[in-house]
Amino acid sequence: MPANLFPAPVEIFRFLPEIILALGGTLIMVLEALTGDRQPKNALGHVSLAALFAALVAAVAVHGSPGPAFSSMLLVDGFATFFRVVVIAVGILTVFSSYRYLSREGANTGEYYALVLFSVAGQGVMVTANELIMIFIGLEISSIATYVMAGLLRDDARANESALKYFLLGSFATAFLLYGIAFLYGATGTTNLTAIRETVLRADGPSPLLLGLAAALMLVGFGFKISSAPFQMWAPDVYQGAPTPVTAFMSAGPKAAAFAIFLRVFVTIFEPIGDRWEPIIWVFALASMTIGNFAALTQSNVKRMLAYSSIAHAGYVLVALCARSDIGTAAAMFYLAAYALMNVGAFAVVAYICGKGEKYVGIDDLAGLGSRRPAVAAALTIFLCSLIGVPLTGGFFGKFYIFKAALESKLIWLTVLGLLNSAVAAYYYLRMLVVMYMREPGEATENLEPLPAGLRTALFTSAAGVLLLGIFPSRILEFAVQSAKLFGR
Amino acid sequence: MSFLGWFLLTPLAAFLLLLLLPREQEKTIRVAALALSLAIFGLSLGLLAGEPRETDLAWIPELNIRYHVAVDGLSIWLILLTTLLTPISILISWKYIDRRVKEFHAFLLLLEFGVLGVFAAMDLFLFYVYWEVGLVPMYFLIGIWGHDRRIYAAVKFFLYTMAASVLMLASIIYVYQRAGTFDYPAILAMLASGKLTFTSLEQTLLFLAFFVAFAVKVPLFPLHTWLPDAHVEAPTAGSVMLASVLLKLGTYGILRFCLPMFPTAARENAGWIAVLAIVGIVYGALVAMVQPNVKKLVAYSSVSHLGFVILGIFSFNQQGFDGAVYQMLNHGVSTGALFMLVGYLYERRHSLEIQDYGGVSTPAPWLSTVFLITTLASIGLPTLNNFVGEFLVLQGAAQADFRWAVFAATGVILSACYMLWMYQRTFYGETPEKVTHQMTDLNGREWAAILPLLALMVWMGTAAETFLPRISAANRLILQQTTVNVPFNVQTPAPRPDVAAKEIADAR
Repeated sequence: MPANLFPAPVEIFRFLPEIILALGGTLIMVLEALTGDRQPKNALGHVSLAALFAALVAAVAVHGSPGPAFSSMLLVDGFATFFRVVVIAVGILTVFSSYRYLSREGANTGEYYALVLFSVAGQGVMVTANELIMIFIGLEISSIATYVMAGLLRDDARANESALKYFLLGSFATAFLLYGIAFLYGATGTTNLTAIRETVLRADGPSPLLLGLAAALMLVGFGFKISSAPFQMWAPDVYQGAPTPVTAFMSAGPKAAAFAIFLRVFVTIFEPIGDRWEPIIWVFALASMTIGNFAALTQSNVKRMLAYSSIAHAGYVLVALCARSDIGTAAAMFYLAAYALMNVGAFAVVAYICGKGEKYVGIDDLAGLGSRRPAVAAALTIFLCSLIGVPLTGGFFGKFYIFKAALESKLIWLTVLGLLNSAVAAYYYLRMLVVMYMREPGEATENLEPLPAGLRTALFTSAAGVLLLGIFPSRILEFAVQSAKLFGR
Repeated sequence: MSFLGWFLLTPLAAFLLLLLLPREQEKTIRVAALALSLAIFGLSLGLLAGEPRETDLAWIPELNIRYHVAVDGLSIWLILLTTLLTPISILISWKYIDRRVKEFHAFLLLLEFGVLGVFAAMDLFLFYVYWEVGLVPMYFLIGIWGHDRRIYAAVKFFLYTMAASVLMLASIIYVYQRAGTFDYPAILAMLASGKLTFTSLEQTLLFLAFFVAFAVKVPLFPLHTWLPDAHVEAPTAGSVMLASVLLKLGTYGILRFCLPMFPTAARENAGWIAVLAIVGIVYGALVAMVQPNVKKLVAYSSVSHLGFVILGIFSFNQQGFDGAVYQMLNHGVSTGALFMLVGYLYERRHSLEIQDYGGVSTPAPWLSTVFLITTLASIGLPTLNNFVGEFLVLQGAAQADFRWAVFAATGVILSACYMLWMYQRTFYGETPEKVTHQMTDLNGREWAAILPLLALMVWMGTAAETFLPRISAANRLILQQTTVNVPFNVQTPAPRPDVAAKEIADAR
């Protein structure tokens, strides 16, 4: 590879979204130091929004000049652009739903907004990475920022537990991933995905044993990051303890980015040994769906329930991965986009209801929301319908597309069991609808403040997005299908 | 987009329009909902005349999913029944629904949107979408405005239907995999020409997946347990829509999709299904007989009546099919009317227990007369509607297997027992003090709601030729499609070029 220390302008351009995000984050930290303690920090939130929107525009603009950057360390293709847009959108929605929550908790600091930007920048690096070291760096940038966000409320014991658990187990998982990377480097002599793939496909390629070992170690790392069973243990505690907007963020953004690298690595370099890992992913997928859904049935805390539901949804996406086809990859992409919207939306509602100190996070606290705040209830209904998989929502179409891909790959049992699982899931989502519409208002909903502007934007944008993905999925689907083809095979 | 394509979107437009109205203006909302649903009914009458009655547009081109809707003799009357019952449901809820008026009417229109779509969808994906969309508003109608155990009933209703239909979704995807299209006429054409064949095992499994989804909705014994709960707990309008329209989705689906797509499996399984249908007829009637709750009685009578429909379908002959479809309409009219009248009683006496009534005919003679006519229609008195349907079904069943007809006919006798006994205990005898106080006769609004149905009972009983020719024509086609081992040609619109190309590619 030619050592070119001075990247061409176009290469820098391809990295522009992450540059904007990193600069924005740094700017906020400087501004925070300059403004002093007593100032309201919403302005810093606005700066972070500006940076995120600029990054969004840049990400779309960069799509116009696809290709590698920085000695092929990064690769801007349709797949990368798709996930870049998803993670930036998650960042935007998170910031919108954070303002009121943070000022209520007295934690409206600039560092929070800077951390969101850094985390999103890390995820941007992850999804564009074409190189194992870049994957690792991106993952670390994203993860460390998220660990800090989880522990944002310093005086809250649960938040501390959450952050510590997330940090310890997360580092442990990253270590596995790094081991896998090391083995892979040892086996192939390179860290570039394209080069590794070429080596693997050669007749005198690395021994399947080494390759399998690397794949297994990386699978552990990825499995943790996407909270798939049997590495899902951390998710309920962490999701429950973290501040709600942070939970929204980490259940969508880092997860989508982790899935992006998971897909990229497994569908490109480990594709030749696909027959070996497919049964493992099959088990992971089924276990995630089943454990997630059945555990969610008995939860009484909304955040914990949504945590288990997010484990189940990771299982659905794994079904798509298990299909090992371009359609499967496209299905996973589409589903993750829909999932990000509906999940962030659902958590945004929780952030609205929960009150100071997250007093009202039980399912019963939603009682009477339907009559007190019909618009919020309607939005939550849309998200829940999407999580159940009712037609005309993005969740339904995504699920449909995933199981279509699975059936195409002859995964009949996985399809049948997965679909039955989604019928089980309907039960616990319905419980929320029941409480919301069919119970008399309780303490939590009696004294709700008017819906703040930021939350309103987050809620209705995600609801509109969920419906759009469900009713007119064509454009996004087409993009996903094309991007999935570009990549790997 | 042709008239039909636009027409099917009108309930959705009405739903959105209603959402825009301020929630405090309850009167405006009621009037608007009534006017809109009447307008939709008026438009639907246009379907009787206007041609062409088909719309076929690309919806999600990547997957070849189309907004393909069409109306034929099988669906036209069910569509008209739906559009007629929606304004009637709004009328009967005028006083009954007094809280969250806006949501109630909005959900009713959303329900109409889903149901009409199911009856018209000619694309399997579109069909599934409509099928599930109708589920959500009904869930809320039961769960918010129902009686005491409404939440249990609503959740049970939702989960039964949902669990049963996910396997149908898997089957739809499987059929798509094999056929390369969701377009139903194209699939039928491929089946007819032999380009698409299913092995015996495939047929059986696919048939069962579709059939169970539909059978839960019908409901066929022993999958009926959600129905009495849902009916008893639902508000009157919910019960009317549930009985008259939603139950028909199941029988319609069987006739429209199960039989033509999987004819061999359908015929092979006809035996036990017919037996279950007969068990349902007799069991429903016997359980109805011992019910102390009048709404539950009518609910179990539905199980019995729908058994006739299933029996007719699985007789596999023209009379059976015609009778089944006619019975679907009859049940919609007469059981819908029964639920309305029970609702009238409830609004006055605030009780559904038969023992709380007695001698109602003295204070409310017109109500009693109307109830009597409806009761007689329901038990199949000649010159009223149910007689025609039941007669055709029994004739069809007798042709298929005489024993079926014998056992099913006991259901007719039993229905006379439980209905007349209920009528006697409610309307005749001593008039308790409370009944005299509370029972007033029908008012203008109630007359307006019930009269169209009474007229239909007489009309359908005496002039079946208004309805039957279209039904028979559609059924003839379906019967032809289910003829096994005989080469048959299906008259369907020519497949579009893109589908044809895909067909050739997929032909094996």
